[in-house]
Amino acid sequence: MADNKEVDQVSGTETTGHEWDGIKELNTPLPRWWLWSFYACCIWALAYWIVMPAWPLVSSYTTGVIGYSSRAQLAESVAAARAAQSSYLDRIESASLEQIAQDSELLNFSLAGGRSAFAVNCSQCHGSGAAGFKGFPNLNDDNWIWGGTLEAIGQTIHYGIRSDHDETRLSDMPAFGSDEILPREDINDVAEFVLSLSSSGSDAEAAGRGEVIFAEQCAACHMEDGTGNQELGAPNLSDAIWLYGGEKTDVVETIARSRAGMMPAWTDRLDETTIKQLTVYVHSLGGGE
Amino acid sequence: MVEQAVVQDATAKPGDGRESVDRSDAEPVNKKEVRSLYQKRIKIYPRMARGVFRRLKWIIMAATLAVYYITPWLRWDRGPNAPDQAVLIDFPGRRFYFFFIEIWPQEVYYVTGLLIIAAFGLFLVTSMAGRVWCGYTCPQTVWTDLFIAVERYCQGDRASRIRLDKAPWSANKIARKAATHISWLIIGAGTGGAWVFYFADAPTLAVDLVTFSAPTIAYITIAVMTFTTYLLGGFAREQVCTYMCPWPRIQGGLLDEESLVISYNEDRGEPRGARKKGTHPTALGDCVACNQCVAVCPMGIDIRDGQQLECITCALCIDACNTVMAKVGLPPNLIAYDTLANVERVREGAKPRLRLIRPRTVIYSGLIVLVGAIMLFTLITRSDLDVSILRDRNPLFVTLSDGSIRNGYTVKIINKQHAPRHFTLALEGLSGAAIDIVGADVTAEDILVGPDNLESFRVFVAAPRSALEGSSNDLRFLVIDQDSGTQVTYDSVFRGPE
Repeated sequence: MADNKEVDQVSGTETTGHEWDGIKELNTPLPRWWLWSFYACCIWALAYWIVMPAWPLVSSYTTGVIGYSSRAQLAESVAAARAAQSSYLDRIESASLEQIAQDSELLNFSLAGGRSAFAVNCSQCHGSGAAGFKGFPNLNDDNWIWGGTLEAIGQTIHYGIRSDHDETRLSDMPAFGSDEILPREDINDVAEFVLSLSSSGSDAEAAGRGEVIFAEQCAACHMEDGTGNQELGAPNLSDAIWLYGGEKTDVVETIARSRAGMMPAWTDRLDETTIKQLTVYVHSLGGGE
Repeated sequence: MVEQAVVQDATAKPGDGRESVDRSDAEPVNKKEVRSLYQKRIKIYPRMARGVFRRLKWIIMAATLAVYYITPWLRWDRGPNAPDQAVLIDFPGRRFYFFFIEIWPQEVYYVTGLLIIAAFGLFLVTSMAGRVWCGYTCPQTVWTDLFIAVERYCQGDRASRIRLDKAPWSANKIARKAATHISWLIIGAGTGGAWVFYFADAPTLAVDLVTFSAPTIAYITIAVMTFTTYLLGGFAREQVCTYMCPWPRIQGGLLDEESLVISYNEDRGEPRGARKKGTHPTALGDCVACNQCVAVCPMGIDIRDGQQLECITCALCIDACNTVMAKVGLPPNLIAYDTLANVERVREGAKPRLRLIRPRTVIYSGLIVLVGAIMLFTLITRSDLDVSILRDRNPLFVTLSDGSIRNGYTVKIINKQHAPRHFTLALEGLSGAAIDIVGADVTAEDILVGPDNLESFRVFVAAPRSALEGSSNDLRFLVIDQDSGTQVTYDSVFRGPE
């Protein structure tokens, strides 16, 4: 081969010997560094196939000699994160809600943990800022249907409201309209009276008639003055906060058809420390009693 | 290429009262015409120069190295709650201590200002006197100079180093080479060793380092800096300046014809040529073609070719040439610090002069003074109390059961004093507004912030609906130091329904 080596006169480069119509192809080899990098990559690839999971088989894959798996790595980092938090989590597990709220270190940890648990589990209904929507209570305000103490909040989170848990919080307001307990006019009068409790009514005469009906039909749960009863889950009707809206049509609809919002019980879904952190977090949002 | 040796002037007679002129057939390895971009590095064997500038360089080397090595060991008393190291970059504590100045992470603009001043300082010096930074104070120059000094101590000057490299391996050669490289590595380790002291308490870390209980990162840093110092000072040397450093490219835009640069007086020197001792043939210029300027050059250039990118203006060629000029009895400064404008002036028969005050230098000086004044002003007037207030965006506001409106805020108070302080939080601009702070032991009347610390508080402000005008109301927070009465205000907004 060496004897028929032909060198191009102009460029000084060896030719491959290929020729087309007098045009000769120059033989410009790949740069040495490129070639060696390529060989190194080949060797690397071979080593990788042996060491790491690489080839798909029919129903499995080659696992590699060190048995690496990204799933196992994830499990490891999750376990490591748990272990790193364990000193706090252990203390939270054994502490009462009041003790957590008093200990600024545990409080800060719980607020952070509660915030992320809230975002994952609660924000779908209560909103990411816990401001709620129509029918889903705003947890920032100072109005609580079932109580805003740490204990009460904890209980609500544990067992839910009208959930399928045996110890669920349960209130059952009659549908005065659809169950034909009250005629339409009476419902109108009661609505006027309820609105007048928060000084937003417009018909004082109707409200006067409604007061009598209210005392008969509603005061057992909502109290004479309409301030509600957290034991029974009867909302305060005299404040400025309306779960289902404060317009007259909203109030009439509530009386006529009743409302029955539902919150799941979290006791079987979340562990005890998470529920404690959630409780402390919700309590801290501004309305905690 | 390295066919170089020092030859004695053939006409020199021993003991004639005047020493002979050393002649060198040194080739400038970075001669511009013959250089390929893909050329391998040709080793440069700089000869030792003697003279004013060499002495100056020794002094500056000693001073800069002293500053570098001694600074972390200086102490500065800051009281009980702060470190007593004068210059300390405390990453875990997120502080930078510089004598009486203490910089928090959010005040990093002081560092920016310092860098701006440094940059303009460099621009100013460069426009007046060329690359003095490169020639005298750049760490690459200082350490390379130190490495060359070590090399010279172990292997002798230029000629013996060349001879040693060409000689076959022998016990002597191995011993000399080993001594050089071990010394370099020790210097490198010392360089990295000093560096880590800037980031931790130096005396503690020094003990930890020798007892092998220092953090791993300290050892890694020392190892990396040992290696880079060894590589850049021992081998890469002038390549760093020519190929790695952007500064030589930038400085072309900062120099003008009035900047001092190392220049060879071509009109006086050419045509160059060797001559008999004590004779000065009229056909020849003053350059005796001894090539000493090339032999001493650490950058491997021939200054007689004119201005070159590689020249770091270390001025060693001036020393070398002046030594030769003194020996042959010619006036000094054939190679000298001069401006290109002066070369032209002399050619036209005018008097040379130095124009240090030019629009360029005035602007640079002005900018330095301006940035310096701004920094000084902010430094003097900066408060040791900093407040930052972030209003909740979700929810924007909350309606309470009595109809009043509540907004949530995150109030951050930074106490930069080394003592705990009690603050009062007050409001302005919203009548009937009440403050409630989350937490068992905090009230608006007494907020405690620990020494040298940042504390964050959840603050609720509630105001009656009647106090609000529209959906957005201006609200001013006042944070008042209970002891000194110092007060910081922060303007925020109170949101309500439409």
